[in-house]
Amino acid sequence: MLGSIIAFLVYLFIVTYLGYLGFKHTKNASDYLVGGRQIHPLIMALSYGATFISTSAIVGFGGAAGTLGMGLLWLTFLNIFVGIFIAFVIFGKRTRKMGHNLDAHTFPELLGNRFQSKFIQGFAGIIIFLFMPIYAAAVLKGGTDFIQSHFGITYEISLLFFAAVVALYVWMGGIKGVMYTDAFQGIIMFAAMVFLLIFTYNKLGGVVSAHEQLGALYQNADVQPQIEKMVKGGFRGWTNMPAWGTPIWWSLVTTIVMGVGIGVLAQPQLVVRFMTVKSNRELNRAVLSGGIFIIMMTGVAFIVGALSNVSFFSESGKIAIAAAGGNDKIIPVFIKTFVPGWFGIIFFLALIAAAMSTLSSQFHAMGTAIGRDFYQKSLQKKGNTILITRMSMLLAIILSVVLAFLANKLDASMQIIATGTALFFGLCAAAFLPAYLSALYVRNISTKAIIAGMIAGFSVGIFCIFFVHEKEAASLQLCNLLFDKTSIVKDTALAKLALVDPIIFSFPASVLTTIIGYFVWKNKLSEEHIKHCFGGI
Amino acid sequence: MLGITDPWIITAYVLCILSALACIVYGLMNWNKGVGDETS
Repeated sequence: MLGSIIAFLVYLFIVTYLGYLGFKHTKNASDYLVGGRQIHPLIMALSYGATFISTSAIVGFGGAAGTLGMGLLWLTFLNIFVGIFIAFVIFGKRTRKMGHNLDAHTFPELLGNRFQSKFIQGFAGIIIFLFMPIYAAAVLKGGTDFIQSHFGITYEISLLFFAAVVALYVWMGGIKGVMYTDAFQGIIMFAAMVFLLIFTYNKLGGVVSAHEQLGALYQNADVQPQIEKMVKGGFRGWTNMPAWGTPIWWSLVTTIVMGVGIGVLAQPQLVVRFMTVKSNRELNRAVLSGGIFIIMMTGVAFIVGALSNVSFFSESGKIAIAAAGGNDKIIPVFIKTFVPGWFGIIFFLALIAAAMSTLSSQFHAMGTAIGRDFYQKSLQKKGNTILITRMSMLLAIILSVVLAFLANKLDASMQIIATGTALFFGLCAAAFLPAYLSALYVRNISTKAIIAGMIAGFSVGIFCIFFVHEKEAASLQLCNLLFDKTSIVKDTALAKLALVDPIIFSFPASVLTTIIGYFVWKNKLSEEHIKHCFGGI
Repeated sequence: MLGITDPWIITAYVLCILSALACIVYGLMNWNKGVGDETS
């Protein structure tokens, strides 16, 4: 306990110092919002990685791997191939150049300036401000679950302590301070995960032996009664994919793998990082470190999450979710029970770092979404950008903490963190991705087509969340209130649709509407403006 | 392979490693490219 407190204080001192360095170099709004567009490639890559990977990925999705097995490695593949390679090479380079051409400082501003639409900028800002708190609450819950397990204090006290530390940190600097500290936090996370991977495989007798033990666990007579309900849902063991078309298969493939795997391309807090470097060389170099960083983060979390079943079973005769007392507690309890005490302290810092680096960027994105995109640009109000952004951040922090408090009241066997994260990522994919791709690659698409696509994707996504996808609709209660059932398709011929994640309907709806809009509406943006947007691309 | 029998899981495992390698190779091959378009 004392070791944890001392290590935490040293960590806070370093983070505060780095935040202060960034704060000192923040001279104007451009510095505050995009780091003066002069950020070092390694800092940018580590910052992107540390922002992308949070306690949601390590605790939430690592816990989901503990429950559902190694099928989550498909998400790791998408995290690397889509989240790094496609994101940097296909999206990053054009975003950097166009962002500079249009003097854009935020993701909504990039879309708004590209299509000369205050509505697009304001609408995107509102979506970010209203729905990103769900993702932030998931990240907060991941950190809080670990603090609760590590220090043995209540969830509520852990949450308040954690939120206070994050709020103080976010308040200090703009993106420069955030990116310096992200890089430091990325290094801690990387070192901790390398050790965790080696420790876990070594503890179980090597790679092949560990996997064989995990595979054999499914057939164990003592395990069978514990997984009876899951087997009915399609579960076929931790080293197998669930049976095709079963509830667990739909949850794993559409919500966890596709929701996050595709949604990462339209994450406002990640897109803004492309605008912080001065040339494509930085992005090329960042692909290398980004690929290594992500495989060591999510790859390790998902493998260790699944393998934790072997350790828990040999210790207590229970599978991970039963022994830990809930999906989101698997990783925290595994660390507390099985790894050496000194590493528990390191991992505690790594998780705090993972949460802080993501939360600070989320609050930065939420603050600018309301302060700059909605209030100043869309409503055309004047005022101090940094002050308005900070007040908006404070509001976003309060909203996220309230949601994280409520999340703890939900059924512990649910993948609460993973579901909350996938919900926001899916909504971003539906509302923003076709517009973002069009902005970068389709010169003569009309503003109306973009607006129609954004509204269609967002509306279908929201409708599915509240009324169709049972996992969310049942928790949100609105469907139950209006129709007296947890999904409007329940007990109908379309009952299977209640298992399918909203992104499967909302993203194609957005793409289709944008394509139809492209052919229906004529582009009214001037040739001069288009040339200006694509200058140097 | 690697103590896993489900081809879907083996494929995912291999793709993770290959995609990380692709990122490394791409980064190294383009290490000094893209300098001429600074936004200085």
